[in-house]
Amino acid sequence: MAQALHEQLTEPNLLLAVDGVTVDFDGFKALNGFSLTIDKGSLRVVIGPNGAGKSTLCDTIIGRVRATSGRVVFKGEEITYLPEFEIVRRGVCRKFQTPGVLPTLTVLDNLMIAGQKDRSWRRSFGLRQAPEEKEKIEKILETVGLTDRSHILAGELAHGEKQWLEIGMVVATDAELLLLDEPTAGMGPKETSKTADLIRGLGGQHAVLVIDHDMSFIEQLNGRVTVMHQGQFLKEGSVAEIRKDPDVAAVYLGRAAD
Amino acid sequence: MYARILRFRWTIAIVVVIIAALAPWLVSAYTLTLLGRFLAMSILAIGLVLLWGEAGILSLGQGVFFGLGGYVIAMNLKQATLGEGEIPDFMTWSGLDALPWWWTIFSHPLLAMLGVILVPAAVGAVFSWLVFRRRVGGVYFALITQALALCFATLLVSQQQYTGGFNGLTDFKTLFGFDLGAIGTIYTLYWVTVAFVVAAFAITYWLLATRYGKLLRATRDGENRVRFLGYDPAPYKVIAFSIAAAFAGIAGALFTLHAGVVSPALVGVVPSIEMVIWVAIGGRKSLWGAIAGTLIVNFARDQISSALPSLWLYALGLAFVLVVTFLPDGLAGLGTNLVSRLTKRSDDAPAGAAPIVRAEG
Repeated sequence: MAQALHEQLTEPNLLLAVDGVTVDFDGFKALNGFSLTIDKGSLRVVIGPNGAGKSTLCDTIIGRVRATSGRVVFKGEEITYLPEFEIVRRGVCRKFQTPGVLPTLTVLDNLMIAGQKDRSWRRSFGLRQAPEEKEKIEKILETVGLTDRSHILAGELAHGEKQWLEIGMVVATDAELLLLDEPTAGMGPKETSKTADLIRGLGGQHAVLVIDHDMSFIEQLNGRVTVMHQGQFLKEGSVAEIRKDPDVAAVYLGRAAD
Repeated sequence: MYARILRFRWTIAIVVVIIAALAPWLVSAYTLTLLGRFLAMSILAIGLVLLWGEAGILSLGQGVFFGLGGYVIAMNLKQATLGEGEIPDFMTWSGLDALPWWWTIFSHPLLAMLGVILVPAAVGAVFSWLVFRRRVGGVYFALITQALALCFATLLVSQQQYTGGFNGLTDFKTLFGFDLGAIGTIYTLYWVTVAFVVAAFAITYWLLATRYGKLLRATRDGENRVRFLGYDPAPYKVIAFSIAAAFAGIAGALFTLHAGVVSPALVGVVPSIEMVIWVAIGGRKSLWGAIAGTLIVNFARDQISSALPSLWLYALGLAFVLVVTFLPDGLAGLGTNLVSRLTKRSDDAPAGAAPIVRAEG
């Protein structure tokens, strides 16, 4: 087992490995020996009923919550106990459930701050911006459809636009792994399918881990699905397989899977 | 449209500075001494705009840094009045027979001037780093700074043999060999104060336009979001705190030169809270507002306390409550509202209101 895991962790295509992680909140195990691997440039959808530990999984990867046991390995290096900003600097970025844009900055400044390569305070005293970064940000603005809103304060955007802006910010960091926690929360069907297109377009360049409930959105994403239940791994497969799976259905219908 | 307003704004700025520079010939000698003191205090207020308005860090301990600046320059001024081998009277009474070493450092005026900036900045940096590193913020931070102000004032009173105790340090005569009572020195000191206000304004204005300034605002509104974008917010906040401390130190030194005295009564908990009130009334997100608030509150205090001394604290409290309730952005917010309403009427782009708010910075 240890041998197999070692081989797995040195696999060149492997980006992230969550390895037997348990998160214990005063006796409640939000994650219970959970493992997951994500390959470079791949799309993974994590679903599960409320309280299954999906958000805790994201929290643990990004360092907001610390694993009680187990470890998180990113690009072959353990990141389990690094400070949050250090994890982000290594190439993981997360979109939170509630839109986390910076409300008193313009849309453009939001993306600029997210896209900044050098995040040290020592070089923050400049007024100018590198032309290649400007170009990158203009491209992202176009992708998320906010080009003509770029000079508005982010706090004044509509809810859906905030969600897109935050996806844009996460993309602007150039992180190799993007964690998107309910990116379609509060969106209508039209906006949802636009978001699905947006996320599918990220594949190849970024590995994306999406958490969501909305089955039609998950079908549109058409990535590999991992099902969680009570902090543990339940099933993994294609959307069609998961749909047919009796254990998954049982979990969603509220019956205890035994 | 913005360009026109901005150019207009700069014209006003230049006119205001010229009028301020001409004040020695425009106002009475008494008013000039007050104006000099209050302008010195407004440097501290500018620091609070950076720290409180932009970074969202409420400090109820700015009196500490004001006091550090004041005491550093006062140690120099006091030594300038002494002959070879003499020590101040209060030290003799307390049984000391030589100046402590940390007094003698500041016997050189240039070192004292450096000390005015560096001592508060260094104390502010160490203190805020210890606190922000542990991610303490908000109300807890405000309470810690208040405790710091209390400790500092108590320390000054209790270490009478070094600090002059409750009476503080006074009876100064010369700075750089110039007689502090001479009219030429008084005018020069006033202009130096104006120059420092302009410099503090310009530095803060520039700082807020840089990426540093944007990150500071971003940290105020979403510290976690900033952290999860790969930034460590602590150094950004420590820098803001240190700059505000250095500004407070300069303010304290200039105030001491104008007033001819520094004492624990100027640095404790109550004065530190009053400093925050100046900025709240003027507008904590506006550099102009902070300066105006400092001048308005302090001139009002001078008028009201000489007429009805018991009324002043009630008047200040009432003004504070009214502003916090009805004008969260202070008097400057009122001004900005008027400007944006006027421009909205004359120009059809309603989105235009937002950047004007920014330019107020």
